[in-house]
Amino acid sequence: MKRTVYRELDLSPGFLLVLGLLGLIAAAGLGAAWYMEHYGHIVTGMNNQVVWGLPHVFAIFLIVAASGALNVASLASVFNRTMYKPMARLSGLLAISLLAGGLAVLVLDLGRPDRLIVAMTHFNFKSIFAWNIFLYTGFFVIVAAYLFTQMGRGFGRFIRPAGWVAFVWRLALTTGTGSIFGWLVAREAYDAAIMAPLFIAMSLSFGLAVFILFTGRSCALSGREFGQDLLLRLGRLLGLFIAAVLYFTAVQHLTALYAAEHHDIESFILFGDSIYTTLFWTGQVLIGGVVPLILVTLPTHGVSRVAIKLACALVIVGGFVQVYVIVIGGQVYPLALFPGMEVRSSFQDGVIAGYQPSLPEFLLGIGGVALALAIAAIGMKSLRFLPESLADEAVDPQRVPRTGAVT
Amino acid sequence: MTTRRQFLRDSGAFTATLASGATLIAFAEAQAEDGNKSRKVRWGMLIDVANCPEGCSTCVSACSNENGWGDTGNPLTDAQWIRKVAVTDPQSKLRRSLPVMCQHCAEPPCVDVCPTGASFKRADGIVLVDKHICIGCRYCMMACPYKARSFIHEPLQNQKPHAPRGKGTVESCTLCVHRVDGGRLPACVEACAAAGHNAMLFGDLNDPETEISKRVAQHPVRKIRADLGIDPGVSYENL
Repeated sequence: MKRTVYRELDLSPGFLLVLGLLGLIAAAGLGAAWYMEHYGHIVTGMNNQVVWGLPHVFAIFLIVAASGALNVASLASVFNRTMYKPMARLSGLLAISLLAGGLAVLVLDLGRPDRLIVAMTHFNFKSIFAWNIFLYTGFFVIVAAYLFTQMGRGFGRFIRPAGWVAFVWRLALTTGTGSIFGWLVAREAYDAAIMAPLFIAMSLSFGLAVFILFTGRSCALSGREFGQDLLLRLGRLLGLFIAAVLYFTAVQHLTALYAAEHHDIESFILFGDSIYTTLFWTGQVLIGGVVPLILVTLPTHGVSRVAIKLACALVIVGGFVQVYVIVIGGQVYPLALFPGMEVRSSFQDGVIAGYQPSLPEFLLGIGGVALALAIAAIGMKSLRFLPESLADEAVDPQRVPRTGAVT
Repeated sequence: MTTRRQFLRDSGAFTATLASGATLIAFAEAQAEDGNKSRKVRWGMLIDVANCPEGCSTCVSACSNENGWGDTGNPLTDAQWIRKVAVTDPQSKLRRSLPVMCQHCAEPPCVDVCPTGASFKRADGIVLVDKHICIGCRYCMMACPYKARSFIHEPLQNQKPHAPRGKGTVESCTLCVHRVDGGRLPACVEACAAAGHNAMLFGDLNDPETEISKRVAQHPVRKIRADLGIDPGVSYENL
């Protein structure tokens, strides 16, 4: 089999421009975090009802996408799909980068980010949050070791076992992230075991979409080829994951709808007149699910590179909206202190809370995205993550060339 | 010679005190009112809703004055350790008004979810936040079924030495632990009695001889979200 040659990115003006832009956005995010820390969360849209705002949406999206970005590496090492092997390194790098970006947002949104050391030295092992600290740090270590087996000389025999460990760990990590919500007994919108598998499906879909777009852009900017067949295969795989997200979303809401005690919250999300109903149907289901599913499952001859990349972009937008609906939509709905009763108080009991994301929150969140991409870019510049070519002939020499025009 | 262990046991509750004199954490087993050191205390409250007039917020004002929180003109972000909640039956239109605060659960979800252990329950059942190790993640606020906790959204001034608070951390009703440890009643209970309502009764739920235990045993009482199985320390009568 042809040997894959990896090469660092060149220090081109284009690369420096992209890195500079990412650096500026990340710096703006850091500035926003300082502003929030200095004046307190009063400068955000968060309040005592909506305690997790836009930064959490960004952070959770990035963390979920991080474990999904490892899909391609898992396909290569665990499921032995050789054509994905040339991209396995990049898959691991992107996974680590996205997780770092997400965690940076999460930490900088704490009320006391200066106490990070406290979070690393005081543990309540009954808390799923504390478990997640180990799942996240463990992910860094395991994926770094997995990358080392791929990139170091003479460690080839450890790639498969390392890939397995990383695969199992990423499933555990997303289970942990979903369970942050799934184990909340007090909130009607959460408190469901399905949050864990739903988050796993979301990670598979969001992470692959981010990976496809990131790899495509990296190849385009560095003058590398990204094979048509490879893109189509990844697109079809994405279709499977989009369908999985739609399936788990349907089960999540149908299960809740069956129980009378959840009728009110389900009516609010699914059939209400708030922004969350619009976001759910238009953003999450239509833009993030149905349309990209159609785009990637069209008969092959009709599928273009643009269609698949558009599908990826829609999955990312829809996925972000989905996390927004889960995190914010679930919080604005009031707690049921007295089920079946009408409740009013000076503390917004019994009313749908308002939440208006503020600029600092957005800057912090987008700063995390920029940080993640900057880490990945610096990684590709410093070490040999990206193959010289991802052309179809390079990744799969035995392939039978596809007939028919594909644009 | 008194050993350290004996000292701790005899003193009933050992309190870690800051340089400012503020009592932050009290641990070890609290001493029962009757001096019985072998029995564990569980502090709790019984609220007689029939004696709690709508429009009266004496307990809220007393708590606010005692602990130094209050209206700063930002109703969505201001802390509220205790609030009056109006509950109306949509069919009969029967209406009740009652105070809701931290229910000091036996199985507190806020303590379960806190990653650092800042949310903790004392041996005597009082649920508190250790302000030194609270990182402000707000997961306890997500987990509390009673919306009993507040996040400090802005810098604070003129704090009470016995109730230290801090921007970026979470707080809630302490059951006036500084008063209870000194043998006094929580401020809300005292104020309610002074106003002549006597709607709030405080005491040791584990001592069958206390008035609160007798009332709870003799009258039908309700606990908010009793279905969750977290065993709140606050009960409501005539709700």
